[in-house]
Amino acid sequence: MDISFVIEKFILVAIIFGISLVIAMYSTYAERKVAAFLQDRLGPDRAGPAGMFQPLADGLKMFMKEEIIPTDSNKWLFMVGPGLAMLTACIGTAVIPWGMPITVGSRVIPLQVTDVNVGVLYIFGVVSLSVYGVMIGGWASNNKYSLLSAIRAASQNISYEVAMGLSLIALLLVTNSLSLKQIVEDQHGWHWNVLYQPLGFLLFIVCSFAETNRAPFDLPECETELIGGYHTEYSSMKLGFYLFAEYINMFVSSAVMATLYFGGYNYPGMDWVLVQAGPVIAPLIGTAVLFAKIFAFIFFFMWVRWTIPRFRYDQLMHLGWKVLMPLAIANVIITGLVIAIVEKF
Amino acid sequence: MEPLTNKKKVLVQKPLNFAERMYLPALGKGLAITISHFFKKEATIRYPEVQREMSINWRGMHSLKRDENGKERCTACGLCALSCPAEAITMIAAERKPEEKDLYREEKYASVYEINMLRCIFCGLCEEACPKEAIYLDGPIVPADYLRKDFIYGKDKLVEEPLVKK
Repeated sequence: MDISFVIEKFILVAIIFGISLVIAMYSTYAERKVAAFLQDRLGPDRAGPAGMFQPLADGLKMFMKEEIIPTDSNKWLFMVGPGLAMLTACIGTAVIPWGMPITVGSRVIPLQVTDVNVGVLYIFGVVSLSVYGVMIGGWASNNKYSLLSAIRAASQNISYEVAMGLSLIALLLVTNSLSLKQIVEDQHGWHWNVLYQPLGFLLFIVCSFAETNRAPFDLPECETELIGGYHTEYSSMKLGFYLFAEYINMFVSSAVMATLYFGGYNYPGMDWVLVQAGPVIAPLIGTAVLFAKIFAFIFFFMWVRWTIPRFRYDQLMHLGWKVLMPLAIANVIITGLVIAIVEKF
Repeated sequence: MEPLTNKKKVLVQKPLNFAERMYLPALGKGLAITISHFFKKEATIRYPEVQREMSINWRGMHSLKRDENGKERCTACGLCALSCPAEAITMIAAERKPEEKDLYREEKYASVYEINMLRCIFCGLCEEACPKEAIYLDGPIVPADYLRKDFIYGKDKLVEEPLVKK
């Protein structure tokens, strides 16, 4: 373990962390602009040209507001909740391959912070942990409505994790590996996994909407039903952390979907580009393609929010347990059958 | 009982067929409708750079008018203050000095004329009541301000037309 390896990883982690924060910040801006355009109006356009500095204004507002901690709340847990939400949101970015390894001279720099050979399981574990951030926030607020909302959020999260895990099992049958690097490398060129697992992708994207508490599954935090939901009692930076963690979660979910099903940094014609542009530029083009896919997914998240009405709680549970889970199991069985039949011939 | 209008519609609730139960085609249609709005022109008006046209009868900010010789028309008769339903107008009358003959039309004028814009309801009764055709409500929307006292518009501050001789 030489020092250059440590420095390399450190720089990569810093860059990825910075990029995910900036993308989450401008996701808030994009959310407002996309929401506005879908509703026949302009979004924020006063803070800087076309409102580009609006996230900075929002961040400044978050810093400047007064921090209120309710007297009867559990002070330690009150502070841990947003921190945990932010932590689990950020560490999800560690295993995603952001591009092909860059070859600079004699060094080969992989654009992935760590290639755990159970990468998919790691992502799944991190997503499960994010339930705790919401649950602790609701409990520590000492507020009946926050608690109700946190309970709803937790039950929604664990219900949709089941279908998500099962769809990942079907994906595992196709890819034969849990390592994200291997999964992306197997999707070279045109062979994206969505072509092999369309039902699995549909299940995964519906469960992603539910895991990130994003409309139409946003009952935990809808303003009209439960006031603020689990973040009612939070103010200033802690609230900022909760809201930010939601956007980082959206970013990580999009990245995971793009990596697992849409080929990550692969695109048709990448071999030609590799020959033309050389071993330093071509991986960066792959990274740009990955980010284009991620932004397309984020736009899709926002597009769906303003299209579909919110689920009622019992409809949500019905969908999670009685529709998606059997579908996911059926998906696993069908995938297994198809693979067995194909292998026979 | 006979139906009162001819708008009665019999509701038929058929059970959903498979495509409808999947919700996916309906989702697709909804998404198409939403995205079509993305590409349409927005209905927002970028106030204050762009302002909507007002009607002919628009009643905005007050202005005390002058006659063709540049003399102030207002003679502080108090009819506008009397007719104001919100009691927004107050004034103090003064006698015209000989050297001020070019400033005021008659011997009586308003040395202090104040309208409290927060009380004013822009009804236009002062405009109708004025016998000298001195006050008109033809200005723009009253601009926003921070303090209550800044909304009491005095004579030289904002109520008057610009002191430019015509």
